[in-house]
Amino acid sequence: MSAPLARQRILARLRAAPPQDIPAPTLPLAPMPASDEIRLDQFRRGIEAFHAEVIDARQRTWQTVLAEVCAAKRIGTLMLPPADLADLNPWPGGPRLSRFDRPIEMHKAELFDAIDAGLTIADGAIADTGTLIQADPRRMPRTLSLVPPIHICLLDPRCIYPSLQGALAATPWKQAMPSNLIFISGPSKTADIQQTMAYGAHGPRELIVLLTAGT
Amino acid sequence: MNAPTPIRFHANVRGVLANPVLRASFRGAMDFLMARRAAQFPAADAFEALRAQGEQIRQHSLARLPELLETLEANLQRNGIQVHWAETPLQACRLIIDLATRAGGDLVVKGKSMVSEEIELNHALEAAGIGALESDMGEYIVQLAGEKPSHIIMPAIHKTKEDIARLFADKVPGVDYTDSVDELIQIGRRVLRDKFRDTRVGLSGVNIAVAETGTLCLVENEGNGRMCTTVPDVHIAITGIEKVVARLEHVPPLLTLLTRSATGQAATTYFNWISGPRRAGELDGPREVHLVLLDNGRSGAYADIRLRATLQCIRCGACMNHCPVYARIGGHAYGTTYPGPIGQIVSPHMLGLEATQDLVTASSLCGACGEVCPVKIPIPDLLLQLRQQSQGNAAAPLLPGAGRGRKALQSISYQLFAWLYARPALYRLFSFVATRLRAFTPARQGVWTGSRAPLRPAARSLHERMKSRAGESCA
Ligand code: SF4
Repeated sequence: MSAPLARQRILARLRAAPPQDIPAPTLPLAPMPASDEIRLDQFRRGIEAFHAEVIDARQRTWQTVLAEVCAAKRIGTLMLPPADLADLNPWPGGPRLSRFDRPIEMHKAELFDAIDAGLTIADGAIADTGTLIQADPRRMPRTLSLVPPIHICLLDPRCIYPSLQGALAATPWKQAMPSNLIFISGPSKTADIQQTMAYGAHGPRELIVLLTAGT
Repeated sequence: MNAPTPIRFHANVRGVLANPVLRASFRGAMDFLMARRAAQFPAADAFEALRAQGEQIRQHSLARLPELLETLEANLQRNGIQVHWAETPLQACRLIIDLATRAGGDLVVKGKSMVSEEIELNHALEAAGIGALESDMGEYIVQLAGEKPSHIIMPAIHKTKEDIARLFADKVPGVDYTDSVDELIQIGRRVLRDKFRDTRVGLSGVNIAVAETGTLCLVENEGNGRMCTTVPDVHIAITGIEKVVARLEHVPPLLTLLTRSATGQAATTYFNWISGPRRAGELDGPREVHLVLLDNGRSGAYADIRLRATLQCIRCGACMNHCPVYARIGGHAYGTTYPGPIGQIVSPHMLGLEATQDLVTASSLCGACGEVCPVKIPIPDLLLQLRQQSQGNAAAPLLPGAGRGRKALQSISYQLFAWLYARPALYRLFSFVATRLRAFTPARQGVWTGSRAPLRPAARSLHERMKSRAGESCA
């Protein structure tokens, strides 16, 4: 159904053009910051500058901190990923828990209209830009970090790469890209009206990162 | 689409220059964007090193363009993404209409895509009975107002919040006037959220396509891009053939140059790497992903090694933000999809030099665009070159419409000037007469005095004054 000759004709025109030989650039890898803590600090400052909230839950259980966040933000319904965090049970006074365990077609009405917050686990983060990584849509459905007005994300601070380059070098993405790799730096925002920043454009208006030493 | 007659640039410019509100909007917005960008590149040498990388990555990719496009196609197909090629805007629109029709969609919800503006997709869809809804806040505002984007990054930059408040109160059912930016954004959010949920076809642009992995990268802040590419059953992406890079590691330098140059951010809220539709075991994502690769004159620019540099562009908009002409006249006056310096160098190969003959002259050649361009496109040099082609003076004009910018009076004046200046005796006679008759210089001098003081010869020519000084001694 594609205009059948278009491909051949475009490629033929490009091939008829004068050739050029320009080598691939060498891209030196930035040195790795000394320690996990330095990377965490950089990540934290970066993502906070993008208006995300970072809560260190390493000294307590993340479940306690999650309960506090839910209470403070008046979260009435919290959606969990399909299978992860299997031992998270409803707690007294806590939100109704719902699981994203069927295809989105069966969740759409709930997801768009009834869920206050989505809970996900990050597959890592990038220090120098303050960015969370979601790299497995099977475990973390794409829309769970996008559609609910609040996104709560658990991050193990030992998985923070120094830079995007560092992440590309350390992950198997080059051999096998996930169907959707998502980088998140803060809640959704726009400055489209008179350059005034407003949060909660189409995605979450709040992003809360809980640092945990394992889930 | 192809404007057969020249764009009425001069008339447009007169209109905007007389509008103080519009001028203040642009001045304010440009100052804001320039300051934001400057804050992201504090160290000049680090910026230069990054720019050199960006330039080399883009040039390297372009040098291998046909091969990379084939690799990209093969890898996208392996990932389950269907690839379509279009030589012209018309072909691209037909492809997209077909895809949307097959998906059973009567509405296409769109993320920001300048290429879709370039092919005037919304009109084509509407003519085919399919609605098109812009979902980027700026694009949504512009569409609601029945206008076109005036900036490639901030489409509604020409509007004040009061303009938008009135627009929403008029056009969005059940909305009262409010000029609170937060409330206005929430209104847009509410309207569009239902559409994301219920629409079957989503459309987006592409910022970078990675050949080796078959990946489409999208940069955005709002989340509408992720909505359009994730929630509907079918995602159609459209991009120009120049956007491809060879390898994954070529992405980081371009990405950081793009987000810092465009809006002065170290990163955008979302960076979305799409390498296929929903796979087995995944619970969301589109069932089909398509990529439309558009030529529309790009292979014509590619044929000329110098003009090929225009294809290095990563569409950051920095050249517009720093252009003294753009800052004064805004985006609409150019009459083209891509305004500002980048528009001045890409529109000729898309629309031909006849339609764009005035655009290539709309520059003081101050060089600001070339200095800020994150991939080092020599925009002022290209403008000069396009001017020569437009005048029919280039050795090998390649673009359609070459020579059409030549105006008889202008070219006679320059010939006369050249002839006179090559003959010293005649020149001296001419300047003697001109200086002696200066009292008779007409006050109205055609176009020149439309906005400038009349030209009047000096009382004595420089030659005469130098001669009289030659007798003086230096005391
Ligand atoms: S020409 Fe350069 S500065 Fe202008 S939009 Fe393109 S990349 Fe940005």
